Amino acid sequence: MADVRNYTLNFGPQHPAAHGVLRLVLELDGEVIVRADPHIGLLHRGTEKLAETRTWLQTLPYMDRLDYTSMIPSEHVYCLAVERLLGVEVPIRAQYIRVMFDEITRIKNHLLNIGTHALDIGAMTMVLYTFREREDLFDILEATCGIRMHQAYYRPGGVYRDLPDQMPKYQENRFKNAQTVKELNEARNGTLLDFLEDFTNRFPVYLSEYHTLLTDNRIWKQRTVGIGVVSPERALQLGFSGAMLRGSGIEWDLRKKQPYEVYDRLDFDIPVGVNGDTYDRYLVRMEEMAQSNRIIKQCIAWLRNNPGPVISDDHKVAPPSREKMKGSMEELIHHFKLFTEGMHVPPGEAYAVIEHPKGEMGVWAVSDGANKPYRIKLHTAGIPHLAATDEMCRGHMLADATAVIGTIDLVLGDVDR
Amino acid sequence: MSAKLERLCRQLKESFGDRIGEPVINHGEVSVAVPAANYLAVMRQLRDDPAFSFEQLMDLSGIDYSEFTGYQGPRYAAVSQLLSLTHNWRLQVKAFPTDDEFPVLESVVDVWNVANWYEREAFDLFGIHFEGHPDLRRILTDYGFVGHPFRKDFPISGYVEMRYDPEQQRVVYQPVTIEPREVTPRIVREQNYGKAGRG
Repeated sequence: MADVRNYTLNFGPQHPAAHGVLRLVLELDGEVIVRADPHIGLLHRGTEKLAETRTWLQTLPYMDRLDYTSMIPSEHVYCLAVERLLGVEVPIRAQYIRVMFDEITRIKNHLLNIGTHALDIGAMTMVLYTFREREDLFDILEATCGIRMHQAYYRPGGVYRDLPDQMPKYQENRFKNAQTVKELNEARNGTLLDFLEDFTNRFPVYLSEYHTLLTDNRIWKQRTVGIGVVSPERALQLGFSGAMLRGSGIEWDLRKKQPYEVYDRLDFDIPVGVNGDTYDRYLVRMEEMAQSNRIIKQCIAWLRNNPGPVISDDHKVAPPSREKMKGSMEELIHHFKLFTEGMHVPPGEAYAVIEHPKGEMGVWAVSDGANKPYRIKLHTAGIPHLAATDEMCRGHMLADATAVIGTIDLVLGDVDR
Repeated sequence: MSAKLERLCRQLKESFGDRIGEPVINHGEVSVAVPAANYLAVMRQLRDDPAFSFEQLMDLSGIDYSEFTGYQGPRYAAVSQLLSLTHNWRLQVKAFPTDDEFPVLESVVDVWNVANWYEREAFDLFGIHFEGHPDLRRILTDYGFVGHPFRKDFPISGYVEMRYDPEQQRVVYQPVTIEPREVTPRIVREQNYGKAGRG
């Protein structure tokens, strides 16, 4: 009898299905995974250490770079931690804007996840559809803060500026004639809220397209049903949160259970899975998008009727407006001190959490009264989920490893920090 | 909300007595310090006792207090954020290893399996050792990395850098060539600085 040994396979760090730079060392018995050992840290940038050498405000844009597919909620949780330490009140309009952008990001994140997950396990078409919708959402972000990806839009005390009154429009060129441009600009003639409302009206149609493509698709079901099953007890032990926890049948959503901002005033439901497998988690994410769409609609309705300030008027924390700064000596001093020395956060520590699209994200901020954080600890949902890969892959075929990596909604910037 | 937190504090005092420090409520969060000797037993009871039922460990991180303004006490701490889904409350547990030269704590991997990677991270970045951990390897830093980068005495620019050497045709390590640069100095103002009426 020949000596049969287990085979070790190096998956990544340059594998397209690894969603970044994940190195997965797989020990195989034939085609069955015996052990999966994720090696992380290839994208470790030391964000927490860098934060200790930057002022509180300079640290904020680093948060965008953690989870580079859903940037805004990371800023949100950082701002919440700083605001809690400072004891600053956020104007109500800013809270609605924050909730609205969090939900836009949730849709954006799930679109990317479902599109690329389907791409990983063989359904090429999905990603073309989901990226079409993501483009509209990126246009909204670009119109609001000038940047598509790394917005730095939330600030301690509110948001940087109010929503714009107009959307950028397409212009005629060699490739687009007047008729095409007119059609493209049809939804863009009003304000940003009009464009977003138009999107929320279109979105359920898109969502049903995805359902047609995947939900009853036989190949998709064969690749996802019964793959990576996690029981509710194990999900708790493994520190799961977000869609991963809800997919296992535990009804837990921080937006409902520990509401922050204005979530307690909004009407939405929490989808829960039954079997805790990859397919259930997919269904949970699909339904979450529909619920986010509902939340966005409610926010639009409120924001239309309630103008007001969007950032705190405490100038030790938030900068004065540009006009005031140019006209008043005191405001000029505030502006200068805030952007050179930075704000001083009272000594103390705070652990702020939000329901990030990927799960619970927390920032533990420690201050000793200086203009820089003493320590920032970022808890991102990706770490416990990736740590559970070993358990979820064991006993599955090699090809199922990509299905499992897809379902945990992996972004390495988020895991490595 | 605060009545609930006070109930948690009261229960903590009743159940653990002098095995833990005084629970404090700060910014709507309950925090408690636990001596290293009682750490594992307290954590296990926090999970299993239905009065607390902290089913989830959400985070565990190290911290180095050596440069904290006005701080005296053990240099390192491992800070856990616990979450109870049953009672819908959170608790922060701080454990201080007694020896600053060789900080050791008991591992809580058996209590919450998720602690595996968190403890590896605290070991990697702060050099806190966890006794009973099944696989205490480095996690975030490079293979063969020397030192614990999140300690306060570790420079932000590090000690070595990496580049491709065309002569040897491989990646080599060499001492860092960049100078650390501080744009904004770290300033701690006195209490109430900048408040109205103080100029």
